[in-house]
Amino acid sequence: MAVEATDTHRAIDAVWRIEAPRLIAGLARIVRDVGLAEDLAQDALVAALQQWPDQGIPNNPGAWLMAAAKHRAIDQIRRRTLLERKHEQLGYELDSAQAAPDLDAMLDDDVGDDLLRLIFTACHPVLSTDARVALTLRLLGGMTTDEIARAFLVSEPTIAQRIVRAKKTLADKHVPFEVPRGPELAARLSSVLDVIYLIFNEGYSPTAGTEWTRPTLCDEALRLGRVLAELAPEAPEVHGLIGLMEIQASRLRARIGPSGEPVRLLDQNRTTWDRVLIRRGLAAVARGERFGGVRGPFLLQAAIAACHARAATPEDTDWPRIVRLYDELAALSPSPVIALNRAVAVAMAQGAAAGLALVDALGAEPALKGYHYLPSVRGDLLQKLGRSDEARQEFERAARLTQNARERDLLAARARSCGQRNLL
Amino acid sequence: MRFMVLVKANKDSEAGVLPDRKILTEMGKFNDELVKAGVMLAAEGLHASSKGARVRFDGQKRTVIDGPFTEAKELVAGYWLWQCKSKEEAIEWLKRAPFDQTEVEIRQVFEMDEFGQEFTPELRAQEERQRAEIAKKK
Repeated sequence: MAVEATDTHRAIDAVWRIEAPRLIAGLARIVRDVGLAEDLAQDALVAALQQWPDQGIPNNPGAWLMAAAKHRAIDQIRRRTLLERKHEQLGYELDSAQAAPDLDAMLDDDVGDDLLRLIFTACHPVLSTDARVALTLRLLGGMTTDEIARAFLVSEPTIAQRIVRAKKTLADKHVPFEVPRGPELAARLSSVLDVIYLIFNEGYSPTAGTEWTRPTLCDEALRLGRVLAELAPEAPEVHGLIGLMEIQASRLRARIGPSGEPVRLLDQNRTTWDRVLIRRGLAAVARGERFGGVRGPFLLQAAIAACHARAATPEDTDWPRIVRLYDELAALSPSPVIALNRAVAVAMAQGAAAGLALVDALGAEPALKGYHYLPSVRGDLLQKLGRSDEARQEFERAARLTQNARERDLLAARARSCGQRNLL
Repeated sequence: MRFMVLVKANKDSEAGVLPDRKILTEMGKFNDELVKAGVMLAAEGLHASSKGARVRFDGQKRTVIDGPFTEAKELVAGYWLWQCKSKEEAIEWLKRAPFDQTEVEIRQVFEMDEFGQEFTPELRAQEERQRAEIAKKK
């Protein structure tokens, strides 16, 4: 969508961002095809771009766009050959909708459900993770292909292709436009949460190739998460995800130093932690825990993040509580990475020697082979125990393993800080 | 981006008179929409200025002045904090609020990294390289 950036166009862009997800969701329920729904929505946008600069933005832009999209749907039905059943179904739904006196109220009733259907469809496991992410940002974030491409540092045609193929897959596999029920729901919800958290992490954690945070993606993920929390308030893991993201986002300003170097949690300047986000994150964790029962992985990770958020200084951190939370997390989904993080917490709670014993036990873990964090942690604990030579070697090993140049510099500096060979 | 939306006081709010039920209901619905859209970050109402105070600074001198303060139009009665992608989006949301006969102000909140932590030469070079890489892939 190449438009001049006039005031009106920027305003229309803003309206689009607000209205697009509901519009697409409502249309998808009617035409039962997410790809077609988006095409119709885009047609409505084109009409808006043509008419609104002269007529002004209507008071109820959502209703205007929906009416415009339906007009085009009717046109399409008249021109194309559709299955008899679909034609009748569409014709019936559109006719009855137009005969209804209060179109907006009718749409409003279903809007929440439709949005939920759209979220589940965009995150359907039949699609690759990349496809799910792109489709979610496109349909639910109202992001343009170009915006998505820039956020993920890939070319626009790559994203465009990804979205086209995703819609085709959904159509080919006849993925129904619905909220999953029963036993399927938990797994499908998990998939949705994973997609949202993936988007968040893209913005939060510098991966190889990017060296700083991209707050836009974090913002998008937060927005999507909050929308989902309103749509599915009875799912504790949703609140867990929001809690985790809000609290992690509260640290965005503190995570990266002036030269782009990553700053460890315990070294961060806590006065730059965003207290509005912390408050929201803690509230979300509380909401999730109110349900009782066994806490899921997102809620547990959020609870751990909450422990850090509550500590005014690193010394105030409730490390024993963090250890217990890692115990629960490990019981749910044992993994060497979780075990390593737990070892760090144990070291803080019970002393470096206790932590080191656990870290040593992880030394042979194949999953941690190329992971720079393991030798980095080991080096830290050895340094605390006064075993400087061994500490230096670990930091040097960690520096070799990391792909982040700034991190490498930091680790090399820590190696040097271990001092000369101990002659005693 | 974050925006603070400032609602001004008026004679009624200064007198502690609550808005009528219809407005309260509509405002409640509007706040609901903001929450459902993931835009709402915070919202607070402020007590009338009769409960407030001002501190005047003059060199080392401090003078306390108790409310109420005149010029209701210039007093803040409440604020929202919204997360929006652009000022235009904040404006579009505010247009949907059930206000009448008043002006409500939108101000962008400073992000910490706008406070003079300069974009270092390394970071700038990094961004240039990445732009070049993306351009190459096109």
